Formats: sequence, structure tokens, C-alpha cells
Amino acid sequence: MILERLFFILFAVVAIAAAGGVVCFKNPVHSAFSLIVCLLQVAAIFVLLRSPFLAVVQIFIYVGAVMVLFLFVVLVLDIKKASLETFPGLKRWPVYVILPVMAIEFLIVIFGKSFAHMQMAEAGAETTVEVIGLALFTHYLLPFEIISVLLLAAMVGAIIMAKKRWN
Amino acid sequence: MLLTYVPVLFMTGFITVVAIGVLFVSSLVRPKNPYAEKLTSWECGIESKGESNTGHYKVHFFVIAILFILFDVETLFLFPWAVILGDPTIATLAFIEMFVFIGILSVGLVYAWGKGALDWL
Repeated sequence: MILERLFFILFAVVAIAAAGGVVCFKNPVHSAFSLIVCLLQVAAIFVLLRSPFLAVVQIFIYVGAVMVLFLFVVLVLDIKKASLETFPGLKRWPVYVILPVMAIEFLIVIFGKSFAHMQMAEAGAETTVEVIGLALFTHYLLPFEIISVLLLAAMVGAIIMAKKRWN
Repeated sequence: MLLTYVPVLFMTGFITVVAIGVLFVSSLVRPKNPYAEKLTSWECGIESKGESNTGHYKVHFFVIAILFILFDVETLFLFPWAVILGDPTIATLAFIEMFVFIGILSVGLVYAWGKGALDWL
């Protein structure tokens, strides 16, 4: 249990540091790679939360596919022009007000009553891929098939939207 | 059991250390003699023109990436499916359902192909 907590702290600290890197790096490609590190740490935290399938999903979809998309966006954008653009009319002082207020709000929610009665998943109560598979093909068969229609719609939408651009 | 994932963690850590270590050690050992000609990017012998980060890339890359994400999500559902196929009570149903799933998505593939989203240039 102590070891688990130790590993959680390790992954969480690296994740937060990497997330800070995403914001702070000047080169967007470095930011993207920092985001990969962050997402990998979150995948490790999913394993600690006994959801190995979610960890695989995280690596498979986010690190594998979404990051490719991000890097392509970085290529397609004119980085030099984009980095020179400022945000006119945006004053900084509201940020310094809103951020502490939000931070206090989150801390109240986290340490308040709403989460106090919650327990961590019992040791060994792991949601395995087999459990997910059984649930998917018995109770959630219709949603599963609807996902394919949803993906099809996304595919058609992406092609139609891009078609305007490349003509 | 969480302990079964410890080898995975060790492997990831080991690979990271080796990758960084190789780069670090070679940066110590290699001869260092840079000059302007050597530092230009290699473009198959043709002299490079302009900057690469001005965004003159095709939107096409982006379309391919979006299609990749969608088919990636599709393959994701193959994992739980493959695991439960050994269960004889729902194996037949799951088998048929997965082929319906793949069938619907191949309509998308045919559409993308027909619209020329997969053609280069």
C-alpha cells in the first residue's frame, strides 16, 4: 500500500512536470513530446487505479493517434506567424483573480464532504479486459454497434470538411 | 495484481535509460567538427530552400491522421472481443457482431477511397 502510494506520487509528479513543460516550451514540437510523457504517466496511474484496459486505451489512442494528429497540426500551422500573434485586448489581471478562486474551489470540493465517504477500489478488484469484453457483448451490444455508426459519421464528416480545403 | 505490472515498469524505465544513455555517451565520444555546410538539412542532395515551419504542408496529412484515429478506435474494440471469443456461450454472437461492426466501418473506408481521400497528390 505504501509502495503503491509512492509510485502514485512518482507518476503524478512527473505528469504535472510534463504538463508544465507542454505550456512552457517555446517549440511546439517539444510541447507535443512533453505531452506524450504526461499521457504515459497518466496511463501508469490508470494501472494503479486497477484499470489496465483504460491504460492501454490511453497509450493506444492518445499517445498513438492523437499525438500524430497534434504533430501534423504543428506541421500544417505556420508556427512563426502563430507565435508572433498576441491576444489583443486580453488583460492579465483577471487570470490572477480567476485562478486562485478556481484553485480554492477545487480544494474545497476535493477535501470537502462529497469525496470523504468514497473508498479506493479494493485490492485485487481489477477491471480486466475480459470483464469489459463480457459487458460489451452482452449488456452493451447495441451501444457497441452504434459506435460503429458514430465512427462512420465522423469519417464522412472529416472527409467532407477536408474536401473543401484541398479543392 | 498490481505486481504483475512491475516488469512492464522496469522495461519502460530500462529502455528510457538506455535510449538517453546511448545519446549521452555518444555525445561524449564522437568527434565534433561542425561547419555551415554540414549543418544544413539533408534534402537528397538538393539544396534546401526556405524554412520548414511555415506551414506549407498539405491538409492531406491531417485527413490521413483523422482517418487513422478513427480506425485506431475501431481496433481498440478488437481487444476485449478477442479475449472473450474463448467463451462458448457468447462466442458466435460476438463473432457475428464484430463482423457487422467492421462491415459498417468498411463502408467508411470505401467512402474515403471513393472520394479520393486516400490518394496522394
